[in-house]
Amino acid sequence: MSGIFQFLSAHFHILHITFWPLLVGGIANGFIYSLIAIGYTMVYGVLRLINFAHSEIFMAGGFASYFLLHALIGHSTPSTGGSILFMALGMLSGGLCGMLVAVILERVAYRPLRRRNAPKLAYLISAIGASYFMFNLAGKEFGRYNLSMAQPFVNHSLFTIFGAPVQMYYIVIVAISAAMLFLLDRIVATTKLGRGIRAVAQDAETASLMGVNIDQTIVVTFMLGGFFGGLAGFLFGMSSGVVYTMGFTPALKAFTAAVLGGIGNVRGAMIGGLLLGIVESFSIAFVNGAFIDVVAFAILVLVLLVRPTGILGEQLGRSA
Amino acid sequence: MLQVTDTIVRYGAITALHGISFNVEKGEIVTLLGANGAGKSTTLRMLSGLHAPESGTISFEGKDLTQVRAHEFTRLGISHVPEGRRIFPQMTVEENLEMGGFVRKGSFDDDVDQIYSSFPILRDRRKQLGSNLSGGEQQMLAIGRALMSKPRLILLDEPSMGLAPKIIQQIFEIIGEIREQGTTVLLVEQNAAQALRLADRGYVMENGRIVLSDTAENLLHDERVRAVYLGEGV
Repeated sequence: MSGIFQFLSAHFHILHITFWPLLVGGIANGFIYSLIAIGYTMVYGVLRLINFAHSEIFMAGGFASYFLLHALIGHSTPSTGGSILFMALGMLSGGLCGMLVAVILERVAYRPLRRRNAPKLAYLISAIGASYFMFNLAGKEFGRYNLSMAQPFVNHSLFTIFGAPVQMYYIVIVAISAAMLFLLDRIVATTKLGRGIRAVAQDAETASLMGVNIDQTIVVTFMLGGFFGGLAGFLFGMSSGVVYTMGFTPALKAFTAAVLGGIGNVRGAMIGGLLLGIVESFSIAFVNGAFIDVVAFAILVLVLLVRPTGILGEQLGRSA
Repeated sequence: MLQVTDTIVRYGAITALHGISFNVEKGEIVTLLGANGAGKSTTLRMLSGLHAPESGTISFEGKDLTQVRAHEFTRLGISHVPEGRRIFPQMTVEENLEMGGFVRKGSFDDDVDQIYSSFPILRDRRKQLGSNLSGGEQQMLAIGRALMSKPRLILLDEPSMGLAPKIIQQIFEIIGEIREQGTTVLLVEQNAAQALRLADRGYVMENGRIVLSDTAENLLHDERVRAVYLGEGV
């Protein structure tokens, strides 16, 4: 009995010291999951298929920004103005490369199947094949070691919350992700483009009767998801470096986050990502850090047992 | 205005339309009658690009539409109110109407207003989701949505299906008004008597073929039509 008490008090003691740092780190990671989850959820919304090659979009974004920043910054330390410029370039190169890879994927791995009305299983196989192809190609071309990204800014502690130092890195990730996710939410909810995407997600045939070009809408959806995935690859690579297998675990977790929030639901992906990041982070205080991935998937199973359609339900349609 | 010539449509091994020909003139209400599975809905789906004909031609205002894809039809002036209404369930009434105007450029708030004056109930419900409307409201919304693209020809697939008699009456009055305002109507209906009373001409379909065509007046008094579609013994 006293043993259990000691165990709990020891762990809550850790939590007491580390609550704020764990929360900050969890939120930052969670936002990265959210950015990746957007791609899964939007493509699922319009095509009812899981783009299992999305992990390689993330990886490609990471590598694109790595090469660009490596060439521009090298080993120097950028000035403040330089930092902002390099961040913008990192985001753009990661996002645009993710977008490009997503469009190629749609063209090569999915559209031919769609034309032939292939069964869902064919898409899955095609996605896994494309994923293996891409990450092995990256491994062959870029080497199989983790490459540290040239840092666009000096990562010092910016301020403290309740005594916990908050690093610049976290602030940058949270600010960029929150702004981008807000922008996406508005695009989907209020623009003509967003209306077209939602219409295809809710009833593709009727959307085409309204004059929505379904093929074009699907490409745009891949582009948006690809941009966010590639951007996430850059933000992730900034702290963890880039390597050809970098996409696998974060993307699988982001997929979990998308299902957690309600696959097909853009806001669900955002909430699911954040929740997963935070819970995962706190699990470190209670169990060995090596169990972190176990916790993520245990949560997925538990949530789905209670709410099979995820937290917000399965609907890309909603505007608000 | 619309000329369909010898069109054949197949779903895989099944032939849905065995070479049908008919025409619709500007300002008319033309109705297609027939039992379930006769090919009425397939005909409308062909006329909005959802199923391209294997052979034959579709010509609209002198343009050949035979191989045009679905999303182009709205731009060319043909609007389709699909069977079962197909309201976007997770969009509000207003968003559904905006979807109807998807192909138009610029503001169309005046037209949304005009739809609301024709269907006041939709104005009251404009912030509600499509899935929360009653069948009659959904049908009005589906028609309003189709009118948003300012079509010159509107295709109506079973607009009275599943509705109460009072609502059906209202829907048929609306169809009459649509024609008054200058839009040509091609109407598919199970409710043959009411459709024929409203229409100028009609075609009767059986097993993917047109078996009878005449003025609505004559069809209404045709013994075969009365026996089979109006439910009256000869």
